[in-house]
Amino acid sequence: MPRASLAILVIDENRIRASIIEAGLREAGHDNVTLVHDVTGIARRIAEINPDVIVIDLENPNRDMLENMFQLSRAVKRPIAMFVDRSDQASIEAAVEAGVSAYVVDGLKQERVKPILDMAISRFNAFARLSRELEEARSELADRKLVERAKGILMKSRGMTEEAAYALLRKTAMNQNRKIAEIAQSLVTAAGLLEPGDEG
Amino acid sequence: MSEAPHEIAAGFMPLLDSALVVAAHEKGFAEAEGVALKLVRETSWANIRDRLAVGHFQVAHVLAPMPIACNLGLTPLAARSVVPMALGLGGNAVTVSNALWQAMAGHGAVLDLSPRAAGKALRAVVVARGRQGLPPLRFAVVHPHSGHNYDLRYWLAACGIDPDRSVEIVILPPPLMADALGSGVVDGYCVGEPWNTAAVMLGTGRIATVKAKIWRSSPEKVLAADARWAEAAPEALAALLRALYRAAEWCADPANGQELAAILSAPAYVGRPAEWLMPALTGHLAIGPDAAMEVEDFFVPQARGATFPWKSHALWFYSQMARWGQVLHTPANAALARETYRPDLYRAALKPLGVALPGANAKVEGALTRPTAVGSAGASLILGPDGFFDGSLFDPDDLDAYIAAQGAAEAV
Repeated sequence: MPRASLAILVIDENRIRASIIEAGLREAGHDNVTLVHDVTGIARRIAEINPDVIVIDLENPNRDMLENMFQLSRAVKRPIAMFVDRSDQASIEAAVEAGVSAYVVDGLKQERVKPILDMAISRFNAFARLSRELEEARSELADRKLVERAKGILMKSRGMTEEAAYALLRKTAMNQNRKIAEIAQSLVTAAGLLEPGDEG
Repeated sequence: MSEAPHEIAAGFMPLLDSALVVAAHEKGFAEAEGVALKLVRETSWANIRDRLAVGHFQVAHVLAPMPIACNLGLTPLAARSVVPMALGLGGNAVTVSNALWQAMAGHGAVLDLSPRAAGKALRAVVVARGRQGLPPLRFAVVHPHSGHNYDLRYWLAACGIDPDRSVEIVILPPPLMADALGSGVVDGYCVGEPWNTAAVMLGTGRIATVKAKIWRSSPEKVLAADARWAEAAPEALAALLRALYRAAEWCADPANGQELAAILSAPAYVGRPAEWLMPALTGHLAIGPDAAMEVEDFFVPQARGATFPWKSHALWFYSQMARWGQVLHTPANAALARETYRPDLYRAALKPLGVALPGANAKVEGALTRPTAVGSAGASLILGPDGFFDGSLFDPDDLDAYIAAQGAAEAV
């Protein structure tokens, strides 16, 4: 029996993450998806969209406002409540950990909502992993630049070869049980302090 | 100190009254009791509720009515909660936009924080707007199950303004309130500090009245504990309560005000200037441009049983939930509310400290018109004054009659 397509609203201030969720929903065959990044005027949007399912990121500071509006506002034609599968504690925990939750209209069947929430959880986790990797890549690049600068300082001030400069940094780091980048940072800072300054 | 420290994760919201929890960590009171306290700043009360429910937090700094609402099943996801301690008294105010204040001043309001006079002027404005066919004034509070919501509604109703029909009450997160006032999205709000001071400092509003004058010495935030954890780890909970009590004493010492404001102003906590935090700590409130006032008992962190979880406080909040249609009053529901607050846990934990412990679990709210010595164990205890501005009394033994009588006031 064909089912009417669910109207799904995604409220997420992070546009990239919202797009990732949207893509996942469309792949799963949901074609009635709306993204909202800013909750200004949200009551009117909800009245227009009349959603069956609302996916919200938990970092949103307006969550208390939204929860209250779902229950009471005249804008909401049907009461909306947080989707909580009481038989599945692990799934509740997974959602809170991933930082996402789903709100559903009264009476919507659990088996229609569960796959949407599961998809949102996995996409939120994938997004967090990506952000973390990107952050790591960024800091790795910054570290590498620092080490290059520190090597340059050593080569210039102590007439070392590049290899000897790197070996010295590495040895110092090992002796002090610190990262090479930290030693490089100290060296760059110190060199900056010792440079002839502008101030008289 | 025990060898293996009690590891406790506590959620909190960036508000001035997170002071006790923050000081317990920052000033070493938790460590001294063998508690490794991990503080986690949250962005909504709903997040705190959810993370208590899934066990990320063992305890949290919460709105005093919230654990009662959880136990009554009024929230989607909720751990069975107990309240073994309050986190101070007072701290809220009602702030209105400059435009609304002007209209109120036109009807006789003066900047003196008197709830009766401000309410009378506000009522006149509401009536005039109704005659002119203007839309109802819009007020904001932080959460439907909050002291702010019940303080505001109590004040409005006692001044003859129907909070449901004559004005609109919406929910907004505190950090957005001052701006919402400036942009005209709301006409007023009831919130904790520093968000009233924020509006005065930013020039977007004036403080019309304060919680300490609507209901003196009234509860605001409490410590909620996941009941499953509290039952499984009574020693850890007791150690935390002792640490929080010591933190409350430290916060209450005026000599520590500057340091406390500096600690709280850090980005990890409230993340706002220390000057925004000092008014609540000193009681010297800026209430409008070039207007300031000393407010007695504006925020009471420790004195006069400020951390004691009175069952009469729990029942008053419950009476307001019933009044505003959030819960049906039944003997079973009243019992759930009463049992949420746990003075027995408070006494058991603090007994070794030899500090003043109230002998009773409940009191008649509003009965004390002056500071009064009461029956206590340990050191002597002074309570009150604790009056409601309209002179009414709340006797928890007369709950049915109180609930039946309220809401009967004539309203516009």
